Amino acid sequence: MPINYYIFLSICLFSIGIIGVLTRRNAIIIFMCIELMLNAVNLLLVAFSRMHHAAAYAVDNASLVGAEAQIFVFFIMVVAAAEVTVGLAIIVMLYRNIHSVDINFLNRLKH
Amino acid sequence: MFAAVDNFPALLIWLPLIGGILSFFLNDAKSAKSSAIIFSASSLIVLLVSLNFTAKEFIALNQVSYEWLTSIGSSFGLYLDGLTRTMALLTAIVFFVVFILVPADQYKDANRFYGLLLLAQCGLVGVFLATDALVFYLFWELALIPVYFLSSIWGGEKRIRATFKFFIYTFIGSLLMLLAILYMYNKTNATSFGLGAFFNLKTTADEQFWLFIAFFIAFAIKMPLFPLHTWQPEAYEQSPTPVTMVLSSVMVKMGLFGVLRWVMPLFPLAVKQLNTAIMVVIAIGIVYASLVAIYQDNIKRLIAYSSIAHIGLMALGMLTLKEVAVVGALLQMFNHGINILALWMIAYIIEKQTGITSISKLGGLAKSAPVLAIFMVITALANVALPLTNAFVGEFMIFNGIYQFNKFLAAFAGLSIIFSAVYTLNMIKNVFYGEANSTTIQFSDINKTQVLLFTVLTVLIFFVGFYPQPFFDLFSDALGLVLTRYNS
Amino acid sequence: MNGMIKFGYLIPLLPLIGFLINGLGRNILSKKAVGIIGSGVLIASFVCSLFIFNQVAAVGYKTQVLFLFNFIKTAGLDIPFSLQFDQLSALFLLVITGIGSLIHIYSTAYMHEETAPHFARYFAYLNLFVFFMLILVLGSGYVTMFIGWEGVGLSSYLLIGFWFGNNNYNNAAKKAFVMNRIGDLGFLLAIFWMLSQFGSVTYTGVFEKANTIPVSVLTGITLLMFIGAMGKSAQIPLYTWLPDAMAGPTPVSALIHAATMVTAGIYMIARSNALFTLAPISQNVVAIIGISTALLAATIALKQNDIKKVLAYSTVSQLGLMFLALGVGAYTAGVFHVMTHAFFKALLFLGAGSVIHAMHHEQDIYKMGGLKTKLPLTHFTFLIGCLAIAGIPPFAGFFSKDEILTAALNKSVVYYILGVITSLMTAFYMFRMYFLTFHGNFRGTDDQFSHVHESPFAMTLPLILLAALSVIGGWVGIPAVFIENGHLLADFLEPIYAAVQHESTGMHLSHSMELIMMAVVVILIIVSILAAKSMFAKEGLKEEESSTFGKMLENKWYVDELYNSIIVQPVNHISSFFSRIIDTKIIDGAVNGVGKLIHFSARQMRLLQSGQVGSYVLIMVISIIIFFIFQMFWKI
Repeated sequence: MPINYYIFLSICLFSIGIIGVLTRRNAIIIFMCIELMLNAVNLLLVAFSRMHHAAAYAVDNASLVGAEAQIFVFFIMVVAAAEVTVGLAIIVMLYRNIHSVDINFLNRLKH
Repeated sequence: MFAAVDNFPALLIWLPLIGGILSFFLNDAKSAKSSAIIFSASSLIVLLVSLNFTAKEFIALNQVSYEWLTSIGSSFGLYLDGLTRTMALLTAIVFFVVFILVPADQYKDANRFYGLLLLAQCGLVGVFLATDALVFYLFWELALIPVYFLSSIWGGEKRIRATFKFFIYTFIGSLLMLLAILYMYNKTNATSFGLGAFFNLKTTADEQFWLFIAFFIAFAIKMPLFPLHTWQPEAYEQSPTPVTMVLSSVMVKMGLFGVLRWVMPLFPLAVKQLNTAIMVVIAIGIVYASLVAIYQDNIKRLIAYSSIAHIGLMALGMLTLKEVAVVGALLQMFNHGINILALWMIAYIIEKQTGITSISKLGGLAKSAPVLAIFMVITALANVALPLTNAFVGEFMIFNGIYQFNKFLAAFAGLSIIFSAVYTLNMIKNVFYGEANSTTIQFSDINKTQVLLFTVLTVLIFFVGFYPQPFFDLFSDALGLVLTRYNS
Repeated sequence: MNGMIKFGYLIPLLPLIGFLINGLGRNILSKKAVGIIGSGVLIASFVCSLFIFNQVAAVGYKTQVLFLFNFIKTAGLDIPFSLQFDQLSALFLLVITGIGSLIHIYSTAYMHEETAPHFARYFAYLNLFVFFMLILVLGSGYVTMFIGWEGVGLSSYLLIGFWFGNNNYNNAAKKAFVMNRIGDLGFLLAIFWMLSQFGSVTYTGVFEKANTIPVSVLTGITLLMFIGAMGKSAQIPLYTWLPDAMAGPTPVSALIHAATMVTAGIYMIARSNALFTLAPISQNVVAIIGISTALLAATIALKQNDIKKVLAYSTVSQLGLMFLALGVGAYTAGVFHVMTHAFFKALLFLGAGSVIHAMHHEQDIYKMGGLKTKLPLTHFTFLIGCLAIAGIPPFAGFFSKDEILTAALNKSVVYYILGVITSLMTAFYMFRMYFLTFHGNFRGTDDQFSHVHESPFAMTLPLILLAALSVIGGWVGIPAVFIENGHLLADFLEPIYAAVQHESTGMHLSHSMELIMMAVVVILIIVSILAAKSMFAKEGLKEEESSTFGKMLENKWYVDELYNSIIVQPVNHISSFFSRIIDTKIIDGAVNGVGKLIHFSARQMRLLQSGQVGSYVLIMVISIIIFFIFQMFWKI
């Protein structure tokens, strides 16, 4: 399958993520949208990794070219998981304090 | 006592640094004072010993360089030639006098006060000694920061505002200088920050122009030159007077020194291109500052403006690129430090006893304090450069150089000679002469220690005024680097 | 180096030692000790000067320079500190140390009311003055001269403001110093010009190259030097400090502001005769300024009532005559008049001091009168002084003044006529003062009258000696009309003016013609003295309202007011304008403005930070998109 399809899919996912982040006010949904964006990137990384690896494999079947990208994906997943943990904890604390997860109420940091 | 003479530069840096840090751990004000005196006295002794060596044998031994940040090509280079010996001597004298003059109980947390002052001394000496641009920059800032804290903690009412302005002003200059240093560092292919390496760089006129501007603004702010001078009267007025002494006797010389050591050797093309324009501005500034000084009623502001005029004159002398004026400016840097130190001491003594800094509220002090009046007159005469005082020799040579550069500029800048007489004599008249009022009648004359300090300064004033030749011999090795590129 | 000249440095050194002893020991020494030290060093110095004069006066004496040390020797400058002994400096040495000694002795009595520390301070200043004055005349170059030049200005400043409790005196002192400084700037520029032209500032170095320098340059140098002389010797336009300088103690006025310091300008030009002779324009300027000052000051002196002010203006006027002499190339006449003037003007000042002392510091001549009987010795010596200054033969002033007038006539009739008018006015105002002071009835209070007493011996001795000098002092310069080769001084000073060609342009007078003119002038002078007698020697004289013109003279042509409004006030206004407006508002305003701008923009930028996470993200996304667009189209 050509790489273009993956790229288009990735762009779509990413855009949905961005629009979600920009338009929604619920913190949890924003979180999910951020995850969506991360996964869009992950998808892209994996796709490119496969592509480059396939090209290199044809020349030398011991080649590891392209494998790094897949390591990145793991990193991103781990970081995202960590982020979600911290983020959700913050959201829970927020909910306990102001009984809402609407980010429009969270503008006190500007002071 | 000293294992080898090549320890001189390092000793001069380490002594005040150790003393400064030590001082923070002393809880007793008295012992802080005595330790400060001991450390500054030992710096002074080191320098006096170093003066025994002639220029030739000295250079061979006193160009030291320690391994420092080797990975980026910076080494801790220190260099003690005639010029730096003079400046370091001035620094040592000023700090020594300040430490003796200021009583231990005058400032709260005296240990920190003395400690910061010693750190400032370390920074100042470092600025004069450094041959590595990064080290120079480091000490440049090291000198500034303690002074900032000294002024903002122990200063007058508006100290925060004044010191903030002072800090920001000089900091902007420092950043420009840092940029220029980094640019030159990159030109050496990131191999060296050394003065020698910078000196050997091939820079185009265009590059030199911008580098010159960046360096010169930093130095001009420090001196300060008109029209970048407005931080100074405020800072002098608001700083505690001992700090002002350090500021005006030594710190402003950092700028002049920087021009001599860094700007003139490194950017000959730019200096030649720009010096006329800058000199005209400086000359205007000299007359301007003298005129403004006439109007001042606050004794500290008056001295500040007088200092602006005098410093401007030295800068003018340097930029003429005439050897006679450069030597004169070198000598005058030392002289001005001594003279203005004495002036500040007088202002300090008066302010400490009466709490008054306004000239019009004083008067008749000569009746109650005749000894102080005598020293005031001597200092004032040195300030107006009367013959046989030190400043005459310096100003004579500077004016001679300016005259060789341009007759009319000399005549115009010469107006400051007249105005300096006006404001200095006004100050004497209104502070010391006339009828005493209820405050000044109770003024008690200076004590023995102060008499001793003034006597030392007076002897220096007249010695240099009568027989400046030893200083000229001292400078003989300092000019080569400054002027070689202009003579060919 | 031979003879006494080896020890020539002692002459200035002795007063310096006196200064140091009196200055440092002012709280320890008794008045007597101070007086002895102060006068003693000067007398010793005088004795040394006599020896040196003796050596210099020998036939075939060659100028000797005593090198002391290198003052500045670096960077192409070579300025030695050395002393030059020749005829001119030897003559000035005698005048300075001789009259200086007398005035020191006089001061021991005059200043006796002062407390010991102030008494010592006075003598210290006086010794310091003599030190600098000696440096001025002994220096072997212009820089050394300048050291003395500014030094005497300093001593003058200190002595005018000696009674520093009084702010009028302090202002007078300040004025003197500042006006001198204006002149000094001119002198200094002349020195720099010489340095760049001749590469040297020693007299020998300068004079031997003078012929090779273009006249325009020489004119510039000499005019700048003359500005210096204007300041020091109180010529138009820098003369107003001298009358004010009378605030100092009277012996100081006698020594500094009459006999020695103010003649420094004359010395300078006489010394530089080689330069001035080559610059005719400068010479004319000197002559014109000289004669105008002489006239102006004489007119002012006509209406002054303060005994010291009259003498002060008379000094200014006489100095003007000396400059006239220098300007017309009669250097010997100028120096001659310096000498005789030093004698009789010191005498007059000291006499005035004696009167003031007797009158308990009353200086208004309209409050005196009839003192002839009360102060016989003072009166007698004062009369001699007046006769000498008026130019009655055979008193000293006659010969020197006559020589000046003759020289002026050789140059131009206008100079001569104006000179004669000045002489007539001089005779008139001097005798006006004399008659008002010593004749008529006493116009002060009875209390004052009962206390009037002749001064002590220490004060009268100098008077007598100076009176004797005022009589015989002129006999060293008897013109050829009376005795062929009678002008000993001219012969003595001949080597100094060797470079000057004696030009005899203009008319040359026959001896009989010269005698007739001399007689006419003397008769006119006697007439003006008689006129003064008829007007002011009356009993029951009252000070009367002056006419408009008289008012003008009384107020010194309003020159002080003029200077005040065209120089002093504007400087003050500019100074205050610079300080209040330019410095605080504009320059500092700009600096603070930058700070304010940063504050302001920071406040504006803060609005971007709304706290809405969504808007941050939006900005972020937009920025990324813009970045991508740039990346695509501009290939950064």
